[in-house]
Amino acid sequence: MTSVSIQNLDLNFGSVNVLKQLNLSIEEGEFLVLLGASGCGKSTLLNCIAGLLDVSDGQIFINGKNVTWAEPSDRGIGMVFQSYALYPQMTVKGNLSFGLKNARLPKPEIEERVARAAEILQIEPLLDRKPGALSGGQRQRVAIGRALVRDVDVFLFDEPLSNLDAKLRAELRVEIKRLHQKLGNTMIYVTHDQVEAMTLADRIAIMRDGLVQQLAGPDEIYNRPANKYVADFIGSPAMNFFEGQAKKDGTINIGNLDVDLKGYEFADGPVNGPVWFGYRPEHVVLGEAARQLPLCVEAVADIVEPMGSDTLIWTKIEGVDFRIRTDGQAKVAAGDPLLVGMDPRYASIFDQQTEERV
Amino acid sequence: MANNSINIAATAVSGPSGPKPRPLLSPRNIMIYSTLFIVCMYYALPLYVMIVTSLKGMPEIRLGNIFAPPVEITFQPWVKAWAEACTGLDCSGLSKGFWNSVKILIPSAALSILIASINGYALANWKFKGSEVFFTILIFGAFVPYQVIIYPIVIILRELGLFGKLPGLVLVHVIFGMPILTLLFRNYFTSLPEELFKAARVDGAGFWGIYFRIMVPMSLPIFVVALILQVTGIWNDFLFGVIYTKPENYPMTVQLNNIVNSVQGVKEYNVNMAATMLTGIVPLIIYFASGKLFVRGIAAGAVKG
Repeated sequence: MTSVSIQNLDLNFGSVNVLKQLNLSIEEGEFLVLLGASGCGKSTLLNCIAGLLDVSDGQIFINGKNVTWAEPSDRGIGMVFQSYALYPQMTVKGNLSFGLKNARLPKPEIEERVARAAEILQIEPLLDRKPGALSGGQRQRVAIGRALVRDVDVFLFDEPLSNLDAKLRAELRVEIKRLHQKLGNTMIYVTHDQVEAMTLADRIAIMRDGLVQQLAGPDEIYNRPANKYVADFIGSPAMNFFEGQAKKDGTINIGNLDVDLKGYEFADGPVNGPVWFGYRPEHVVLGEAARQLPLCVEAVADIVEPMGSDTLIWTKIEGVDFRIRTDGQAKVAAGDPLLVGMDPRYASIFDQQTEERV
Repeated sequence: MANNSINIAATAVSGPSGPKPRPLLSPRNIMIYSTLFIVCMYYALPLYVMIVTSLKGMPEIRLGNIFAPPVEITFQPWVKAWAEACTGLDCSGLSKGFWNSVKILIPSAALSILIASINGYALANWKFKGSEVFFTILIFGAFVPYQVIIYPIVIILRELGLFGKLPGLVLVHVIFGMPILTLLFRNYFTSLPEELFKAARVDGAGFWGIYFRIMVPMSLPIFVVALILQVTGIWNDFLFGVIYTKPENYPMTVQLNNIVNSVQGVKEYNVNMAATMLTGIVPLIIYFASGKLFVRGIAAGAVKG
């Protein structure tokens, strides 16, 4: 069953169209991540779903009910903000029960719900403290708890981990995932962090300029990006791109190289014309094994960045900067000759005109 | 080699180490403290003269040593200023004016702060079509010279049947406090994180719920600033008091003027000084009681525009 459905949504701030004819439908219990660079409209979309922004056109359905004009509190949503947005003058308990008091719930039920949320999030010892006396991680837990006590169907997260340091972020990320598995609620999660997106999402919607570029599972997004923007955005370090000429016989010409694209899955068979040939740094094969692959070139390592778990090598191939990610134990120094191999099976090829995957 | 390293250690000990010494009589300190001293004198000397004069009897004042401390301390001038000084035929001192001022001050300050804070909150968080225009017009009101609207207000109050009465003067004070107070509150509320407001809306709080349960408890400093502005402004007001009230309703400032400027008989400087001190005491107490909060509130309200 569809939990949240957005139909032809438009949002304008004055003459600026932030969201353009956006359609999105989210299944019950699904974890959807809205991912994009800042200014792409992802937070705006979330605010529209929450009812904190009035839409210019279109409709929003939550659980089959048209909530386009409904108040935020009547939509059956709970929201977690980046800055936690805890009420500073209330205790943790006051923060958790504020929404329930507004909904005029009987006291015993408020107590029960607060106790349950506190247990799930392990914040029981903090209940009588004020937010000022909590650490960042604890504050975010309370903020999640505030959404939790409201017993809603849909959770909205607006970059909830961006204000935390790296270690805490990784911990809370796992915790949010655990929470989702336990509760089974629909969750919509806005982030600009692709690691959060890849690890948490059932499906990722990559947004740019108010449009959804691709809506698919993390695996599909990573392996078969729908266009060059998505390919470039996902993956760190970013995908390498070569300009090339594709031919109908299933080969491609990149500078002085002619490559047989055996194993590449074309969307509609081999194409003819100028294309981008994209290849992820982590799929590069180095050393003698590279000779077995259809695309094998010699290069010289320019810069080597050892990162412990893996090593990043910067080089130049056909005049283009080229990044390679390889084993952390690889002993490579700047100036070393490399044998670089690429397998077309892992490549992504995009039309130069439309930038769509071919 | 060993010799060398010992040398280095020795230099490290004899060289600059720890906090840099700051001599007490550096040019910088001399500049700062002499400036502070002069400014301090500038304000403190007149106050000193007022206090000592108010504690002297008339014979002592006639000697002319205005800086000399009183030989014989007497509180008679204070008593006279409070209870016996004459304005025209009425010889009941400043006390009546004091209570008039209190009766004007309390409703004026309370009402104007209440209304302005709600205005500011609505303008900051519940933007409506034309709210910016509304705000601009309101702020423009702060720049209208009083003289221009004195007569129109006289007519309005007359038509409302409030001319010469205390409620009329309260109304005038509330209206004139509105632009600057609304600006103050709007700026403060805009500086509070917007996500708090959003969170409260998701939690189902309405316009009043958010105002009373979220915004007001977070805004003590700015309420103190508004209170100080209004208390001093209204207490010190002379123009509106003299125009819009009748003699039996005159505020303290107007009465003070009448006492000090009455021309019959001897000029009683000691009584005049005491009367002036009595009139200024309310704003003074407010400043001393809330100085810290005042500074904090001004700083908080000034961050964003």
